[in-house]
Order: sequence, then C-alpha cells, then structure tokens
Amino acid sequence: MPIYFLVCYSFKTEFEIKNSITPIPMLGTLSNYKAIFNDPQSYMAFVNTILYVLLNNVISLAVAVPAAYAFSRYSFLGDKHLFFWFLASRLTPPATVAIPLFQLYLTLGIVDTHIAVALAHCLFTVPIAVWILEGFISAVPRELDEIAQLDGYSLPQFFIKILIPAIAPGIGVTAFFCFIFSWVEILLANWLTTVDAVPFGSIILRAGIALGLNPLGWISAMAVLAIIPGVLLVLLVRKHLSKGFALGQII
Amino acid sequence: MIKPIKNRSWFFILPALILVGGSTIIPLITIVNFSVHDVFYGNDFIWVGPKWFIQVLNSREFYNTLLRTFAFSAIVLAIEVPLGILIALSLPRKGPSVPFYILAIAIPLMIPWVVVGLMWLLIIHPQWGSLGSLLSLFGFQIDVNNLLTAWFVIVFVDVWHWTSLVVLLCYSGLLAIPDRYYQAARIDGANRWKIFRFVELPKINRVLMIAILLRFIDSFMVFAEPFIITRGGPGKSTVFLSQSLMRTATQQFDLGQSSATSLIYFSIIVLFSWILYKVM
Repeated sequence: MPIYFLVCYSFKTEFEIKNSITPIPMLGTLSNYKAIFNDPQSYMAFVNTILYVLLNNVISLAVAVPAAYAFSRYSFLGDKHLFFWFLASRLTPPATVAIPLFQLYLTLGIVDTHIAVALAHCLFTVPIAVWILEGFISAVPRELDEIAQLDGYSLPQFFIKILIPAIAPGIGVTAFFCFIFSWVEILLANWLTTVDAVPFGSIILRAGIALGLNPLGWISAMAVLAIIPGVLLVLLVRKHLSKGFALGQII
Repeated sequence: MIKPIKNRSWFFILPALILVGGSTIIPLITIVNFSVHDVFYGNDFIWVGPKWFIQVLNSREFYNTLLRTFAFSAIVLAIEVPLGILIALSLPRKGPSVPFYILAIAIPLMIPWVVVGLMWLLIIHPQWGSLGSLLSLFGFQIDVNNLLTAWFVIVFVDVWHWTSLVVLLCYSGLLAIPDRYYQAARIDGANRWKIFRFVELPKINRVLMIAILLRFIDSFMVFAEPFIITRGGPGKSTVFLSQSLMRTATQQFDLGQSSATSLIYFSIIVLFSWILYKVM
C-alpha cells in the first residue's frame, strides 16, 4: 500500500500533489523521472550505488567462498570461535565504526571512492556470505573433493571448475543477500562519501530533511527508482530464496 | 561426520578475516585510543585517562538516550515477534499462492531504509499525504511534534518494515515440521493452542531466537527512520543512540566523548546478545 502511494506521487506534478488527493494520478506525468535522468548528480548517485554494491559483492564472494569451504570441510585450531566471531561482527553498530573507518580510509587515501564504501559494507556482508555459503558447501558431498583431487585438479582449479558450479544457486542466494544489505545501508555509505561516490540515499536524505521535502514528486521518483532493484532481484531469485531462509535452521 | 583436522585451512579464512577484522578490530582499537585521549585536529593526543567515560556516565542525556533506545527495542520486539509468529502461522504451507505471499512479505525488507522513512513521512503528511489528509478530515492530525504521535509513528514504521523478517524466519521454521507431527497431535486430540505450544513452538524455537536476536541488534542500532521522520524531535524525545553518536562525532567533533559512548554502546550490545545467545 505505502509503495503504491509513492509510485502515484512519482507520476504526479508538484501542483497536483499539493492541491488534490486522488488515489490515482489524474494528469500522469513523467516529468519527475525526466528531471532525474537529466540531472547528472541524481542519476550518478544511482550509478555510484550500483558500483559500490557490485564491488562489495565481488569482494565478499571472493573471500567468503574459501572461508566457507574451510569451515565446512576441516576442523582446525579455533574454528568454532572464529565462526562465532564472524557472526558477532554483525553486532558492531555502524555508528561506532564510522569515525575510525573514515580516518583509516583517509590514511589509505580512499575516502569518497566506491571501494571505500564497498570495503566498509564487508563488515556485515562477509559474515552473512560465509554463513550462507557454509550451509551450501556442506550440502556438496565430500567425495566430490576427493574425486577432483584424484583427477589431478589443483586447488584453484577445483574451486573454479568444480566447487563454484556445484554451489551456483548458493552463490546466487549469497549475492542476493549481500546486494540487498549493501543496497539498503545508508549510515556508512553517506558518511564515507562526499562528492564523487555519493549514494542515492544521501541525496534523498538531503532533499527530505534539509530541503523540507521539496520537490515532492521528484523525491518520490527517486525513491521508486531506489526500490526497483530490490523488487526485481526478489522476483529473480524467489525460487532459491526459501532455500536461503531455510538455512536459518541449520545454525 | 567427523571433519579432518587441517590447521593449514587458516589460509582459506585469512582473506575474510583480514577484511572483516579491518572494519571491526581496527576501528575498535582506534576508538579505545580516542576514548582515553583528548584529541586535537586528529593528531595531537593528550592522555586524559577515564575522563570521557566519567563524563558520559555522569551525563543525564546519555542515560535518557540509552533508556529511549531500550524502550524502543522492547516495544518493537514485543509487537513484532508475536505478530510475526501469528502471520507465519496463518500463511498457507503449500499451494500456488505461496510464492506470492513470500514475495509480498519480503518486499518491505528490500526497500532502502531512507526510502522507508521518506515514504511514511509522505503518507502521514497532514496536507499532501494520503493517510495524513484522510485523518485530518476527521479532525485528527498526525503531528510528529507530539511526543506520543512521534513514537507511535516510528514504532509503526519499524513494525511495518521489519515484521517480515520474523515472519520469514518463523515460516521457514514451520515448513520444516513434518506432517506426521500434526497427525500425531490430532490423534492425541490436541487443540490449536496445544499444537502451537507443544508441536510448533519447540520446533521454531531456534529460528525464533535468531529472529529475536537480529531484531534486537538492529532495533538497537536504529538510525535512518527516526532520523528522517522525526529528526529526533520533538525536543530530543526520539533521539536514539546511533543518532546521538553521529551527532556528537560529526557535528561537535567530540572524538573522545563519542568514542567513549561508542565503546559503552558496543559493550551493551555484545552483553545483551551474549545473554540472548546463552538463553537460546
């Protein structure tokens, strides 16, 4: 319901929003969307967000697959503690790490870049990725590893040619969760960017608060655009989604 | 199944460890460092010992904010958990409508937090908002400058946004219950409440705990929605810890005090999560 109203607003002109309350837009207009796509600052905000989210996805998956593999296949010194520690890092409030992270990235010279936000978001995407992937890798029979070894696959070859195709749905689900978590986060993304890598969230925040909800139709259109990727993704992975949620029972 | 011992597998974990450690351990060390120093221009450190902690722990405002955050978490949990279970129970387990329901429930979770706040802000707007204007026809104003209304709106928005998580987790737990459990219960003549109490609840116990844990952590870190809907007002009545922390750090540039607050904040979350974890 609320989403429907938002979509309505986004197709109304400023005049119509403020002067009449109708459940459907009478004078349908695309002007709000046109305004966004004609303003580099607005549409670049979406490009920025997509860039850092994808970057975050790639990084998270690249480090999480080996880690999940190790957790799933071997027991080693401190494995249980480490696994719990991964989950526990999810407890860290973004607000507490925001300032030190800013200084750290300042030292590294990557403030206001996509990589900075992508790295910061690893704080919560990597633990979730490890957690979900561990379940999927454990579902792959161990014999597969041994056969691959007998066939003369080296470890990197095994990962790329055997393991990753075998857990493809798992990787899809993981990527989906990482995407969503990174997409909706605003505190860190807003805080670590100033000009070049500003996410759409900051723009909405600024228009919503500093400018007192002006212009209304334009903000609504921005918001609608911000919802679309999530909804599209759910539609895309809805079959595998239940599997991902079902993993909640494993831990 | 027994897993072979292989300490070399640490190398597999190492990249993930460095990455996550880089955004938790290093910042935490920095915060500890800041919290016992007076920092000037980010590079002049003067040792002040526990001064900031004493200052924070003696400030009324900190306790008020803490209390508000706890109250918010408690209210939100008290509504979302029973409601989530109820919705999960009433969803059909099989049939062609299942994917549709799942989709409808999952959608609020996919919306960026800022947008959630903005969306509701628009809806309750007394002049332009659909709900807001409808209610003002009946002479009822949604005024976020009223203490009670502001709280009501924030809690309502959070419930709208996050009950889905509880529903989805519980639902996945319920799906895992084999049919024969229900058959057995029916043979024993159990009524609906008894089925829930003795068959379903023990089975969804674990996922429910995960849901509660996640909801507790996230509601305790709540930032975007109150920030955009009420801006912390009226007065400071809806300022929660995350927001007050960001304000001290980024507007007053008070690194020592905000770091000390961060550490206290973080310890509270860890402590409570640990208690919840032990209880489950």
